[in-house]
Amino acid sequence: MLNTILEINDLTVAYQYKPVLWDIDLVVPEGVMMGIVGPNGAGKSTLIKAVLDIVKPVAGSVKLLGKPYHKVRSKVGYVPQKGSVDWDFPTTVIDVVLMGIYGKLGWVRRPGRREKILAGEAIGKVGLSDFTNRQISQLSGGQQQRVFLARALIQDAAVYFMDEPFQGVDATTEKAIIGILKELKSRGRTVIVVHHDLQSVREYFDWVTLLNVRKIDSGPTDKVFNNENLEKAYGVNFNMAVTK
Amino acid sequence: MDFIDFIISLFTDYTTRTIGMGTAVLGIASGTLGAFTVLRKQSLLGDAIAHASLPGIALAFLITGIKNPFVFFVGAALSGWLATLWIMSIVNNTRIKSDAALGVVLAVFFGVGLVLLTYIQKLPNANQAGLETFLFGQAATLIKEDVIIMLVITIFSLLCIFMLWKEFKLVTFDPQFARSIGYKTNLLDFILNTLIVLAIVLGLQTVGVVLMSALLIAPAAAARQWTDKLGRMVVLSAIFGALSGLAGTAISSTGAKISTGPTIVLSAVFIVFISFMFAPRRGLIAKAVQRGKNRHRLALNKIFQSMYEICKNHDNPGHKHSLAILKTLPEFNKRTVRVLQEKDLISIDKKRDWCLTAKGLKKIEEMTDNEN
Repeated sequence: MLNTILEINDLTVAYQYKPVLWDIDLVVPEGVMMGIVGPNGAGKSTLIKAVLDIVKPVAGSVKLLGKPYHKVRSKVGYVPQKGSVDWDFPTTVIDVVLMGIYGKLGWVRRPGRREKILAGEAIGKVGLSDFTNRQISQLSGGQQQRVFLARALIQDAAVYFMDEPFQGVDATTEKAIIGILKELKSRGRTVIVVHHDLQSVREYFDWVTLLNVRKIDSGPTDKVFNNENLEKAYGVNFNMAVTK
Repeated sequence: MDFIDFIISLFTDYTTRTIGMGTAVLGIASGTLGAFTVLRKQSLLGDAIAHASLPGIALAFLITGIKNPFVFFVGAALSGWLATLWIMSIVNNTRIKSDAALGVVLAVFFGVGLVLLTYIQKLPNANQAGLETFLFGQAATLIKEDVIIMLVITIFSLLCIFMLWKEFKLVTFDPQFARSIGYKTNLLDFILNTLIVLAIVLGLQTVGVVLMSALLIAPAAAARQWTDKLGRMVVLSAIFGALSGLAGTAISSTGAKISTGPTIVLSAVFIVFISFMFAPRRGLIAKAVQRGKNRHRLALNKIFQSMYEICKNHDNPGHKHSLAILKTLPEFNKRTVRVLQEKDLISIDKKRDWCLTAKGLKKIEEMTDNEN
């Protein structure tokens, strides 16, 4: 039996008294590539943010690698939604990627030559070597997404959380990103992805969690990703969502 | 007194030197912190803090009964800081958005400040006069002790920013990621906001509560135009702030009896204007030039492609066509045709007939290859 990497118990999150996640229980085994799927407003991003201590839950507990989050931070990589930052910020590609090391550097200390070499490698992996010193607003949406991915790669984590890494990227970039994710999985890393495109779920993920405020179901894609569960998650609009 | 005289008097005249140093130091502090304020999209917060410091100044006077810059400074800082906390808590705990929260808190504090000010003016105390100078500032009242306080606080702020550089950068750019790696974003916000309050309060005596936020925002907005690196932006913003301070002091000391605060602010605004117009890449002129270039290049590509379409219909690519055909195209003008000719992509003979050259044919094939 696989080891558990993420264990969530009775997690409830609310914004302004409105529950966004309700009583979630979830167990994710180590080494899977899991898609979190559900309609808009289902709480997919919030689930990740609650695990990463960005959002404070009303109730419930989260254990990563068997420990509370703040004890295992250095083993976690995070790719926020691309739209959550201002890309006109005065900074360069390598500078953003270096932010992935800040957590390991601790207070006051600055990244040095060793860190810059690591950043250069991560930038190379996502195919942006020619853009290393480019200002980030001059990148395309797909390139910006790759910058975030490189920043997560440099975190060298055991488990990665990615919030819609395929949003607003072209088919080439999507393939490149999925290639990198599969490589992470092949090296035993767990990858958890908030995902919107139902068509590609079977192709990309071996584990799926269906969510709509409550957990609908979670498990191996073959067993869980079926019409019945999709109907439960998406309601009557399910057929429209898939045939689109 | 002209500008040279001002430079000389900076070294010789005690009063001018004190005021010049004070305003320059103030410009450095507000420029540096303003860079973060602008990038955090909190420009209006500066205005609210400045206005909110007025009741603090008035209360400080009422409680202590003395007119001392340091006492005023503490009162202003506490009151400005309280306003910041109040705004933050409204934004975090209610559905009210930050612009409305800023507006309400600013109005409440400034209103209370004005009421207290009129109350103080009616007190039978000769000592009272002068508090209203905080509304528009009075640089002439700066003395050496004030400048020393300003210098100490500025150095302290710069030191904080230097030490916490990467933390402030990350929490400004991507606060969610910062939290995910364990940064105490609330603590960092608190430190940064405290420094911003200090920078604003530093300028109240010189520039006044009404205009102080301009000195926070303007140098930073100008600096953003010139660079794409945070470090350079902060340094440039500090330089612009110092220049504004010095220029304002210089202009107002030319004897025209113009008050220094507004002149400093206008100097900063002038730098903003220059930056918005002339900065490379981000400036309006650079952008217009770039747009013109793009339009020209597009027209060139389009007409060149149309010419190829015309030629394609003939087996012999060297077949000649009349220039008159091209005149039906919207992109046609003498310049585009001339440029194509100069680049040796087309040739035009004496009868005003044209055809694609060998080089032109090769180029068009490359272009279509790239598209596919």
